[in-house]
Amino acid sequence: MTVTKTISTFHGGLKLKGNKQLSTGTAITAAAVVSQYIIPLQQHIGAISESLVSIGEHVLKGQMIAKPGSTISAAVHAPVSGTITAIDRQPVPHVSGLPDYCITIDNDFKDKWVKTQPLAEDYNNHTSRDLRQLLRDAGIVGLGGATFPSDIKETEMDTHTLILNGVECEPYITCDDMLMRERAQQVLAGADIIGHIIKAHECIVAIENNKPEAIKAMQAVIDADGTGFFRLQVIPTLYPSGGEKQLIKIITGKEVPSGHFPGELDVLCHNVATAYAIYQAIYEARPLISRIMTVTGHGIQQPQNIEVLIGTPMKDCIEQCGGYINDNCELIMGGPMMGLTLQSDHLPVIKATNCLLIRPCTEAADTKTHLPCIRCGKCVEVCPVRLLPQQLYWYTSCKNMERVKNHHLFDCIECGCCAYVCPSDIPLVQYYRFAKTEIRHKQQQRIASDTARQHHEAHQQRLERQKQEREQRLRKKREMLAARNKNTDSNNKEAITDAIARAKAKKAEREQAATKQPVKQ
Amino acid sequence: MLFKTSPSPHIKASNKVQSMMFQVLYALIPGALAAMYFFGWGVLFNLGIAISICLASEALMLKLRKRNITTHLTDGSALVTACLLALALPPLAPWWLTTIACLFAIVVAKHLYGGLGFNPFNPAMVGYIVVMISFPLQMTLWTTPISIGHGWPDFLTTFHWVFGGHLPTNANLDSISMATPMDIIKTQLHQSHFINETRASDTYKMFFGTLSGVGWQWINSLYLIGGIWLIKKGVIDWRIPVALLIGLAFFANLFQAIDFSTHTSAIFQLFSGGIMLGAFFIATDPITASTTPKGRWLYGFGIGTLIFIIRTWGGYPDGIAFAVVIMNMVVPIIDYYTLPKIYGHSNN
Ligand code: SF4
Ligand code: SF4
Repeated sequence: MTVTKTISTFHGGLKLKGNKQLSTGTAITAAAVVSQYIIPLQQHIGAISESLVSIGEHVLKGQMIAKPGSTISAAVHAPVSGTITAIDRQPVPHVSGLPDYCITIDNDFKDKWVKTQPLAEDYNNHTSRDLRQLLRDAGIVGLGGATFPSDIKETEMDTHTLILNGVECEPYITCDDMLMRERAQQVLAGADIIGHIIKAHECIVAIENNKPEAIKAMQAVIDADGTGFFRLQVIPTLYPSGGEKQLIKIITGKEVPSGHFPGELDVLCHNVATAYAIYQAIYEARPLISRIMTVTGHGIQQPQNIEVLIGTPMKDCIEQCGGYINDNCELIMGGPMMGLTLQSDHLPVIKATNCLLIRPCTEAADTKTHLPCIRCGKCVEVCPVRLLPQQLYWYTSCKNMERVKNHHLFDCIECGCCAYVCPSDIPLVQYYRFAKTEIRHKQQQRIASDTARQHHEAHQQRLERQKQEREQRLRKKREMLAARNKNTDSNNKEAITDAIARAKAKKAEREQAATKQPVKQ
Repeated sequence: MLFKTSPSPHIKASNKVQSMMFQVLYALIPGALAAMYFFGWGVLFNLGIAISICLASEALMLKLRKRNITTHLTDGSALVTACLLALALPPLAPWWLTTIACLFAIVVAKHLYGGLGFNPFNPAMVGYIVVMISFPLQMTLWTTPISIGHGWPDFLTTFHWVFGGHLPTNANLDSISMATPMDIIKTQLHQSHFINETRASDTYKMFFGTLSGVGWQWINSLYLIGGIWLIKKGVIDWRIPVALLIGLAFFANLFQAIDFSTHTSAIFQLFSGGIMLGAFFIATDPITASTTPKGRWLYGFGIGTLIFIIRTWGGYPDGIAFAVVIMNMVVPIIDYYTLPKIYGHSNN
């Protein structure tokens, strides 16, 4: 039996039109193999990866071509066997729109794998530490959107509850849905591995009630498993239930303290796609070189889910799905609420690319002109963090960054609910991003100027100390001299008085002698 | 090929400021029709004058402030201000009174404070207060409701009065106008007539219905229905009107329990004067109201309380305008102290 009663709800949220059926009609298909792959070195949160290869080098499929650049970073692997033809800046799908370092591989179409032996069931005999290292070497990052390196996320601490996030609350996106429908066994095996690593006591699988097929498939595997480790929790469809903090609130009734990790509540959240990638790493010795991606929208001929190698140009994926219906459209990476519009499709698919959404421009919201805020409070009603979006907007537009910070701007998850309902069409999230960058920038500047000031102060202090030391030395010298002078002075005086005394004595003697003499005469 | 880029989210709810404003106008229709039925042509004249003056002055101010006239004029906010003012003013208000009220509302209270979204005080109520203080006599010129005596004056008589300032020879002001039930009770109380005496007396009993004054009870009921529709449509927040009505009813009940003879019942209070118009259409003006959920409770309750105080002990028969503007003043403080508890924060 599935449990449909949820423990709790978060504030606000939106009931959105799902448009999911667009891309769930056909099974997941493998993306066509192309001749060139471009693999960005920064596909995750954290430091950029360090390239391990050089131009002209031949690499094998699955070979690590870049290693983590620091503790929080991820490895990158060759999606095909072939030759490295370039390591340079290339256009990448990123908010900044700036090019970034990528490794280009020309496919030799031999599909030659690097030699490795999967751990498979044997993983049970390995320590958490070993497995974490293995995931790190496999380049696993969170595939739900945040792309946080997974080995870091599985903290050193043991965690009681693992939440497997199969919510997928953004409209249009169905890659997790399809994954659960078709590969439930593998997804749950992956979750089992995570559970082993963090020594979890239970795993709660959360799925929104708009995915009956996925629920059925997952439930069947859970029933067959019979260990009681897994429990399926069907939750109401409400955006953004898939947000980590919102989902934790729904499942546990508790709120992750601001600025802390969910581990504090003894829970850990992982996306189903991540669990699947972990399954592949352990059971197939396959590092993260592919993912399932939804190509959908009313602007594409054949919406569907494809399993695509990381580094495949988006253009090829779109062609495989029949191409654009017409040229006047919008290309979004991710969902319609939090996705990123792209200027061009000459960009590689990266680990975070869960969806390519193509919409005719008529559907796109026009945010060019907006009316002033009428303080209607609609944004307050829907904000899942219970912020006051209109106040954040107000203080941002009058550049009062102190107040923006005091109204907890940094708790904003940029879910877009506020902007969705705003009757004045204010692009609120854009204002918040601006404010966040501005504040971070100021902080960096302050840190920089603080350091500069500290340096300057240290320098001043050193000068001052040197001056004082010099003065002290001088003073000492002077004192010494003075002391010596005084000594000689007093010596002199004594000498003089002595001399005077001696002279007086002599004189007195002489006088005495003189006075005596006449008496004798 | 280069695609257009835009900030997320890429989908939007269909609600717009303009559609919200027009829904407010639709919700006013039943109450306004009832007002016309009971109080005659004057209501229509008020609406006509107020709408033309408000729209004209709005356009002028937008031009002076170099704003896009079409986008802002069509947002519907000036139209809402005009209609609220017109429905709040007495039906026999002379044209210049309505004009002054409208000019103050749009030019001073709205645009001199920065236009839509920036005005701290409810424009319609500022306009109302200005004429209320300056021309108290004209502000009592309510027509006789239809079912009483000769009822309200005909079109021509009203036209002459509103635009010409005089009546045709066959009519006199006393026969076409009368005090509102609230006024009657107040004046009678001053003359030491208890409420039940007044309501039972031969002179006055025809002015009172089951709930409150004749006509007034209908108008208020219809505004109430319009307001509930607005809440259902999500155009206005339910907290403010509910808190306002609770505030007023609470004190009305309390004082009636203390002294039955000099205080009217809560029902009478709620269905008299402009209460339902005020609670659902005026106090809910989002721009000048509190914006936090808790703050809206306080804001509404405060208005309800102030209305009761002004009605009972103040110099004016109906205190909605003053109550709203006074509470507008404390909105920043209310907002500041009622910040909601944020996810992941234990308290603020
Ligand atoms: S929804 Fe838009 S107009 Fe309404 S209060 Fe929020 S920011 Fe202002
Ligand atoms: S984007 Fe930020 S402020 Fe807006 S609703 Fe989401 S969390 Fe709240």
